[in-house]
Amino acid sequence: MTNVLICIKRVPEISGEILLSDDQYSIDARHVGYTLSAHDECAIELGVGLAKDTGGHARVLSIGAAGAAEQLRYAVAVGADSATLIEADPEAFGPADVAAAIASEVRQAQMSFELILVGNDAADTGDFQVGVRLAYQLDRPVLTGINTAEIRDATVLARGAGPQGVDVFEIPLPALIAVQEGGVEPRYPSIRGRMKAKRLKIEQKAAPLEPAGSGRVRLTLPEPKPSTVHMLGEGPDAAPALVDVLARSGVLNR
Amino acid sequence: MILVLVETGADGAAVTSLETLTFARQLAGRLGTQSVEAMVTGSLEAAATVRDQLAAQGVESVHHAGGPGMDRYSAGAWATALAAVPSDYVMAAGTPRGSEILAHVAARAGTSMAANVVDVVDTDPVTVSRQVMGGAAFEQMRVDGSPTVITVAGHAVEPADAARPSDPAWREFEPELTEADLATAVVRVEEGEADNTSALTGARVVVGAGRGVGGADDFDDLLELTDLLGATLGASRVVTSLGWRPHYEQIGQTGSRISPDVYIACGISGAVQHWAGCQSAKTIVAINTDADAPMVTGADYAIVGDLHEVVPAINEELRRRTAPDAAE
Repeated sequence: MTNVLICIKRVPEISGEILLSDDQYSIDARHVGYTLSAHDECAIELGVGLAKDTGGHARVLSIGAAGAAEQLRYAVAVGADSATLIEADPEAFGPADVAAAIASEVRQAQMSFELILVGNDAADTGDFQVGVRLAYQLDRPVLTGINTAEIRDATVLARGAGPQGVDVFEIPLPALIAVQEGGVEPRYPSIRGRMKAKRLKIEQKAAPLEPAGSGRVRLTLPEPKPSTVHMLGEGPDAAPALVDVLARSGVLNR
Repeated sequence: MILVLVETGADGAAVTSLETLTFARQLAGRLGTQSVEAMVTGSLEAAATVRDQLAAQGVESVHHAGGPGMDRYSAGAWATALAAVPSDYVMAAGTPRGSEILAHVAARAGTSMAANVVDVVDTDPVTVSRQVMGGAAFEQMRVDGSPTVITVAGHAVEPADAARPSDPAWREFEPELTEADLATAVVRVEEGEADNTSALTGARVVVGAGRGVGGADDFDDLLELTDLLGATLGASRVVTSLGWRPHYEQIGQTGSRISPDVYIACGISGAVQHWAGCQSAKTIVAINTDADAPMVTGADYAIVGDLHEVVPAINEELRRRTAPDAAE
C-alpha cells in the first residue's frame, strides 16, 4: 500500500492577455481565472493511479489563497481521496517557504506518505525547485522531469526523457518525484467525481511558518509589439511569395 | 569566480551551455572582479572539442569531475561536484538537468535560486530579471545567499566567442560522493522518446503544426515541407496533448523554446504559451485560416488559407526551384 501526497498550485490562466496588478507585484487574474499547471495535472493523474493500484490513499495538498479549494476539488473530482489546504498568501511564499510548509505538514500528518508528487515547475513562477527543496527537508531521494512511475515493493521505478533516450531510475521509498507533462494523460472529471468533490470537506490549516519570501521585486511585461505582419496573400496562390521569403532568409537547401 | 556547469554530448558542449558561458563572461566583464571557470562531468565523449569550445569562450579553468560515480547521471552527484569548487556564482543553462542540479546546489547551500534568468540587473544585492509565466512576463528578483545560484534562460544571449581565446588550466578531480548522491542515478537508458529538445532548439528552420492540421494522419504535407527545407518539425501543445505528435516536439511554455532563422507556424492559433516558446525566432511566418489569430497578427509574414491547400503549393514551388535544372 502506497499513500501518495500530491502537491498542486493554483495558477493564473494565462492563455490570453496578461495583466499586472497596480503595484506590479502580481498577475491580475480577476478576468481570466485560475487553473492548474499541466505538470500538476499529470502529477494528479499519476498519483491517483499509483495509490489505486497499491490500495493506498491519494491526498492533494495546496498552499495558497482560499480560492485554491477550486483546484483541490478538481483533483478530487478526478480521483484524489482527500484534500488539504494550507491557507497562505501565495505571493509571500517563496519556493523554500513552500517546501518548508509542506514538510511541516508531512511530519505532522497522521497518515504517512511513502510517495510525494509535485509538478516539475509552476506555470506562473517557474521556479524549478520546490520538489528538490522538499526532498532535502524530508531527507528523501528526489527525481525531477519524470513522466511515468510504478511502485515495485519498496522502490519506485520512474522514467523521464533524457538526452539519449528514456532515463530509467529506481529509488527507494519513501521518495519524492517532480512530474513532467508527457507520460500520462490527465482524465476529465466524471459526474460522479464532481459530486464527490462537491461534498468533500477540505481540511483547512493555517500556514505553519512565517515566510522568508520569494525575492520578488516586481513583475514587468514585454513591450507590446504592434502588428507588423506582411500579408503574402490568400490560399495556395501565395506560395511563391512565401518561398521568396525563405530564399531571402537564406534557408533554402541548394 | 563564476562557475558554469557545462553539459556535454557526442558533439561537444551543448549550445545552451555555450550561451550560459557567454552570459557569465559578459557578467564577469561588467563586474571586473570575477573570472569564469567551467565544470564538466563524466566520461567526456568529445573532450578535444569541448576543450576548444571552452578555450574559445575564454574560460580560465576547467574542472573535470570524473570517477566511477560520475559515469551515470545523478543530480546529487553533479551538485556535489559543483559544491567542491568554491565560487561566488554557480550557473547552468535552464535545461531539465541544469535546473535540477542547481536546485540541489541551492537547497544544500540554503540559498535562493533564480531560474531562467535573462539579465543580471544589479549586483549589490544581486538582482536578476528572469522569465516567468512561461516567458510571457519577467520578474525582477533579489537572489540571496552565497553562492548566487542562477539558471540562464535559453536564448537569453547568443553564444559568442571571447575577444581572445584562453588556454584554460584543466583540473581532473574525483568528487567525494555519498550514497545519497548515487541513489538517484540513471539505472539504464531505454530507446524511445529522447528529450530531443536540442534538435528543435538548435534548428535553423522549424515547421510548426497546430490543431489546424486536423488529425494524426494528416501530417504528410508538413513532413514533406520539413524534409524539403531540412527543417525540424515542432507542434503546439494541443497537438501533443491529442497524441498526434510526440511530446518532445512541443514548442511553448511546457515544451521547447526555439530560436530558428525561420519559423513556419501552420494551423496554430498562437496562444501566449506557444508564443513563449517561439518568440525568439528571427522570422515568423504564419499560415492560418483566421486572419485575426494571434499567430498571424504577431507574425512577420502570413498567408491566410487552409494549410492543406497552401503547404502542398509551397512544396511544389520548393521542388520546382530546387530542381537541378531550375533556371534562376
